[in-house]
Amino acid sequence: MIIKYFSWIKEHIGKSEELIELPDDVKTISELINYLSNLNDDYKKVFVKKDLIKIAVNKTYCSVETKISNNDEIAFFPPVTGG
Amino acid sequence: MDQKKKIPVKIKIQINDFDVSKETKILQENQTGAIVSFVGVVRGFDEKINSVIESMTLEHYPGMTELEIKKIVKQSYERWDITGATVIHRIGKLLPTDQIVFVGVSSRHRQNAFDSCNFIMDWLKTKAPFWKVEENEHQKKWVDYNLSDDEAAKKWSI
Repeated sequence: MIIKYFSWIKEHIGKSEELIELPDDVKTISELINYLSNLNDDYKKVFVKKDLIKIAVNKTYCSVETKISNNDEIAFFPPVTGG
Repeated sequence: MDQKKKIPVKIKIQINDFDVSKETKILQENQTGAIVSFVGVVRGFDEKINSVIESMTLEHYPGMTELEIKKIVKQSYERWDITGATVIHRIGKLLPTDQIVFVGVSSRHRQNAFDSCNFIMDWLKTKAPFWKVEENEHQKKWVDYNLSDDEAAKKWSI
């Protein structure tokens, strides 16, 4: 699975994207957030603000309940500020 | 009238500047009676944090940005009788007075172009994945989103 990070989330985590092998028991975005938060404090500090974070699966907005698989591209980013 | 027709749509994400008069001219065709365009420009001062902006850098999510803008434009031409639409958004480092975004819509009659242009801009502000960071000699700050942008988009009740 590819995970992409943008804006201040990318800076806090220290990378713009990464490849991970999804553990068998991680089946939703919510479970992915829990899994990442337990990896280290950088993720934990970002995902503690999860109410402020937007999520996309395969470049489409989704919710924390969305089901995911190893072939998906996930993105975490703050509310958008273009225009 | 069939509102689900296909119309000429141009969507560009680019570093380079754009020429407003050239883009407006492209929207002119035989059936066009009105063209409404919007140009967003970099301000030199952020009144919310009372700070000078010396430059601004825009990043985006390649692929998703284009998809989101396409969806917004599609909703727009399904809702209003328009004859063409162009959205150009710049990325990278920009300076005060630089142009950031162009939205142009053509239609047979003016109200459809006014409404459609307004709608596209309101939804672009809340859905298209761009992020701005404002810079001056003292700090670099990611711009916070505006609750008023959400309210502006909601007024279209889709």
